[in-house]
Amino acid sequence: MTTQPRLKTSAMIASLAAEGQPTTSAPFGHALVEAAAADERIVGMTADLGKYTDLHVFAQAYPERHYQMGMAEQLLMSAGAGMAREGFIPFVTTYGVFASRRAYDFICMAIAEEKLNVKIVCALPGLTTGYGPSHQATEDMAIFRGMPNLTIVDPCDAVDIEQATHAMAAHDGPVYLRLLRGKVPRVLDRFPDYRFEIGKARRLMDGEDALIVSSGLMTMRAVEAADLLAERGMHVGVLHSPTIKPLDAQTILEEIRRHPQRPVYVAENHSVIGGLGESVAALLMNTGVHPEFHQIGLPDTFLDAGALPTLHDRYGISTQAMVKTLASRISLTHAS
Amino acid sequence: MQPATHRVIAPADIPALRRRAYRIRRHALLMGEVQGQGYVGQALGIADVLAVAYFHAMNLRADDPEWEERDRFLLSIGHYAIALYAALIEAGVISESEIENYGSDDSMLPMSGMAAYTPGMEITGGSLGHGLGIGVGMALGLKRKQSHSRIFNLLSDGELNEGSTWEAAASAAHWKLDNLVAIVDVNDQQADDKSSSVLDYEPIADKWRAFGWTALRVNGNDIAALVEAFDSALESADGKPCVIICDTLMGRGVPLLEDRDKTHFIRVDEDEWRIALKQLDDTYAHSSHAAGSEHS
Repeated sequence: MTTQPRLKTSAMIASLAAEGQPTTSAPFGHALVEAAAADERIVGMTADLGKYTDLHVFAQAYPERHYQMGMAEQLLMSAGAGMAREGFIPFVTTYGVFASRRAYDFICMAIAEEKLNVKIVCALPGLTTGYGPSHQATEDMAIFRGMPNLTIVDPCDAVDIEQATHAMAAHDGPVYLRLLRGKVPRVLDRFPDYRFEIGKARRLMDGEDALIVSSGLMTMRAVEAADLLAERGMHVGVLHSPTIKPLDAQTILEEIRRHPQRPVYVAENHSVIGGLGESVAALLMNTGVHPEFHQIGLPDTFLDAGALPTLHDRYGISTQAMVKTLASRISLTHAS
Repeated sequence: MQPATHRVIAPADIPALRRRAYRIRRHALLMGEVQGQGYVGQALGIADVLAVAYFHAMNLRADDPEWEERDRFLLSIGHYAIALYAALIEAGVISESEIENYGSDDSMLPMSGMAAYTPGMEITGGSLGHGLGIGVGMALGLKRKQSHSRIFNLLSDGELNEGSTWEAAASAAHWKLDNLVAIVDVNDQQADDKSSSVLDYEPIADKWRAFGWTALRVNGNDIAALVEAFDSALESADGKPCVIICDTLMGRGVPLLEDRDKTHFIRVDEDEWRIALKQLDDTYAHSSHAAGSEHS
């Protein structure tokens, strides 16, 4: 009997990409440089995580427009608010855990309460690091969804991040973006009609056996899972909803009503509490639409440290775990 | 980064500033009477500082509170709103007729200061420890725009408890924000007890200096001393932010309130408001004949 080699925590730190998958390096940083060329009001600010949020690309291109604020997230948010008050568009970066847990009051009162034009771009959303709960922002969307005025964006891949960066720059008001950094996979290229738009969900794939409503990197997984299931004769639709708030209620309802018999799986790289899954559940209950409903997401617990592939399998958000979950459900329908 | 330029400051008219301070106190008492309670002690204590800030130090246009070249006054201690409203009324930014609406439904003068409600209220304060950080961002923004406007941030001794204040203090020195002036009201009172008992703030000036600031400490009820401190802060262009630490007396100018033990949030009986106003008038009637009495 052979034993599997134990994976190391450093696996996938530089990239979430599967082997051979096309990637773009630092899509946020490069897109921000482009946006900044067109709009002089854009400045970058970070709390000692410029290199780890891809803001270093902007800092190199525009050193005079980059503000290193030190490891002080409360200050970062307040100073971002002050910059916005003076007419600038600050893109402030840190990790999701620090923005949501440490700087909440400052985002809430200094930025959101006054609808100031601050863009909060945060790396390590959900389970995208093996460092354990200190770095894993598994409940950031739950924390932020209760904050009035704040737009929440959970992009899928490099394509989404590039387009979302431009959309955020053009949008008047505060936005929180869950950033994938480093070498970020490109998967949405295969859907040439796809455009990121704040507040819009888009159907990527169609299928009558089940519907996955997903955001963030779980949309990548959903597409991969749908491909694998199709090889087995199971046809799964994928609706990508990168804006968590405001939720695109109309598109989500239309998509679910189109095939009301389909079981709906909401998949997110976030706790099952308070994220996309519960947003969609509340939408369905409030509108009297009652499909078979499931959540695929992280459990309500502090997650383990370790290698991401191991952890994604352990917590059911890997492609293989999704395939298994959906195949067992769909085969019941096909058998009946 | 452009250094803030020296500012030509008109000589101060001390008696005129004292009359402004008196009227600020009077507006605050009248607002307090509308609610029957409030942060009147703080307003009376800080009135001299506001008089010097608004009628000596700051550039503003009463008819255009968002004038781009104005100096920005950030009230992070939102509960001092009654004091700032009084100053804004005195400055003509807010109509005196608003006094009777203070703290009432749909009033432009809510009990805690909020930017969206009130002309001249630059930020939403109230959650303490926010103002100085916002001030850092605004001061950086003003430097980016090569503006000569200044940021004044009024904070309290209690607000020094908040760690975020010190994040901002370190940052202001790092960025050499000599267009940022912090004003700390030291009245030794916060919600639960004397500030020095809750979390001792001394040695307060040394702390700011250690953070890279120019620190001045004055009797915050001494108009002449305040003028000197504000002039010094405005003239400075040495790349250092400046803090003016103002020791003030809660209830200043109204003996019946000065003598109260717990003055953080005072309740005043209905008949006492008129007594308070009378005492205020008496204080100023007497002191107007005794120049420099605020030194006592």
